[in-house]
Amino acid sequence: MDEMLKKQLRIHAAHIRMGIIEGVYHAKSGHPGGSLSIADVLTYLYFTRMHVYPDQPDFAERDRLVLSKGHTAPALYATLAERGFFQMEEMQTLRHIGARLQGHPCITIPGIDMSSGSLGQGISAACGMALAGKHRNDSYRVYAILGDGEIEEGQVWEAAMFAAHYKLDNLTAIIDNNGLQIDGKISEVCSPEPIPDKFRAFGWHVIEMDAHDFDDIDRAFREAEKISGQPVALIQHSTKGKGVSFMENQVGWHGTAPNTEQYEKAMAELKAALKELEA
Amino acid sequence: MSEIIKKATRESYGEALVALAEKYENLIVLDADLAAATKTGMFKKAYADRFYDCGIAEANMMGVAAGLAAAGMIPFASSFAMFAAGRAYEIVRNSIGYPHLNVKIGATHAGISVGEDGATHQCCEDIALMRTIPGMTVINPADDTEAKAAVEAAIQHDGPVYCRFGRLAVPVINDPATYKFELGKGVTLREGSDVTVAATGLMVNEALIAAETLAAEGISVRVINIHTIKPLDKELIVKAAQETGTIVTAEEHSVIGGLGSAVAEAVCEACPVPVRRIGVNDTFGHSGPAVDLLKQFGLSAEHIAEVVREAIKAK
Repeated sequence: MDEMLKKQLRIHAAHIRMGIIEGVYHAKSGHPGGSLSIADVLTYLYFTRMHVYPDQPDFAERDRLVLSKGHTAPALYATLAERGFFQMEEMQTLRHIGARLQGHPCITIPGIDMSSGSLGQGISAACGMALAGKHRNDSYRVYAILGDGEIEEGQVWEAAMFAAHYKLDNLTAIIDNNGLQIDGKISEVCSPEPIPDKFRAFGWHVIEMDAHDFDDIDRAFREAEKISGQPVALIQHSTKGKGVSFMENQVGWHGTAPNTEQYEKAMAELKAALKELEA
Repeated sequence: MSEIIKKATRESYGEALVALAEKYENLIVLDADLAAATKTGMFKKAYADRFYDCGIAEANMMGVAAGLAAAGMIPFASSFAMFAAGRAYEIVRNSIGYPHLNVKIGATHAGISVGEDGATHQCCEDIALMRTIPGMTVINPADDTEAKAAVEAAIQHDGPVYCRFGRLAVPVINDPATYKFELGKGVTLREGSDVTVAATGLMVNEALIAAETLAAEGISVRVINIHTIKPLDKELIVKAAQETGTIVTAEEHSVIGGLGSAVAEAVCEACPVPVRRIGVNDTFGHSGPAVDLLKQFGLSAEHIAEVVREAIKAK
């Protein structure tokens, strides 16, 4: 990937991570860990691959993204803000009464393609959008982001069967494989592993990638776009809490907001990283 | 007297989908391996490229329908009421209801008249489940004419609609040449001043028969057909309460949460009068021929007449 572009993406991702922390801190609740682990892939999608139009969020031919792991809405909201759908300052109203940024994605928010948050459901809606595209010969692509814990939901596998049966090659499901869910390690709670084998068995083309390396992300998505006749499962090996040292790989940061001291520490780290990038 | 024509409203559903396909090009049909039974098979045969079978996976089917609607299609998602409203309830609530997507749910085999399949398939809770979802329209047509009209009204309505159809062939009571379906408006089928029977679905015909019997006894029964349970025609119900002083509701559904509850809620708030609810009395069904089951569970003209007599006595 072009070094200038890569640097730009890293700067966007840093802004998005700061937006996540701002949002969760001011909400005094929310899910920072899994939001930080998908910040890079969202950055890559919204700034390089997806045809989206902040001034026309409902444009019919746009690419679509369903955040099936809807509890990580702060990451999607911050990405949409960074992309120009609304102001980043709005992140401070996340989860507030009367605010439009709901705790989980809501279709009425500009740039949000589907309400989601009840795990296992977003992937089905993404299948429906992809099917509509196929049905009408539209050229848009559909992305769904799922948690690795989320795929314990049975509905995910109903959807997986459906997508392969109808050859939805305009659909890419990104599995955020950070290895942690609320009750602990996914391998210890009720293991969904081996994840790549399961998707292969369901008829998907599987690609694995490093979730925090833009060169590898770029490689993976370029491969995904070449696949025809099959949906693509892009399993991203990620670090929960990525970018905030004390949140990384800590199950406790799944659904906890930082206190003031932790907020300041997190923002200081992210600002330092940003300063380095901008130097 | 002309011969009574009988038809199951699931047949009407299948025929209506086929009849409306050309007029509504965004209409698309999903089923979950029950196309032969829900009668969407007729659509599949006529418009194979607009029919998608989801297999035995109702949860995913409802989510797929939501995605199709979000992308501008008008999907009818079909299964038995038990699975469409029951198994897939949370998907209908969160993926269709909450985003208020333009999904139409075609739920067949509702109620006790499923017959021999027994309790696991006799869904008497679907109206209750569906009407608690904000923004969901709930329609329970009485016959072939009304069912067909309801399908088109559902298409024309922008938002989620739950359409309830039956397996059992029931008499056609509305003349297709003159019938006009208005979403959310009850229909007064027979004027009366002593008591009102508010009925829905296959109980509408039973209510008309009961009214005829009772007329011979000098009891003047008003019969109202409530095809749209949500939004409820409160105006018509309250007017009936005011003018007849007592209401009997009749539905092939649990007495908890369905038409009876909806009518009682409306009457309690605006004009409290005694409301007697005929329906399935907080019990599961069981196997047997549909017609025998309906009698056994008191879903009959005879039972409506009995309850009306009680209501009159208590006035």
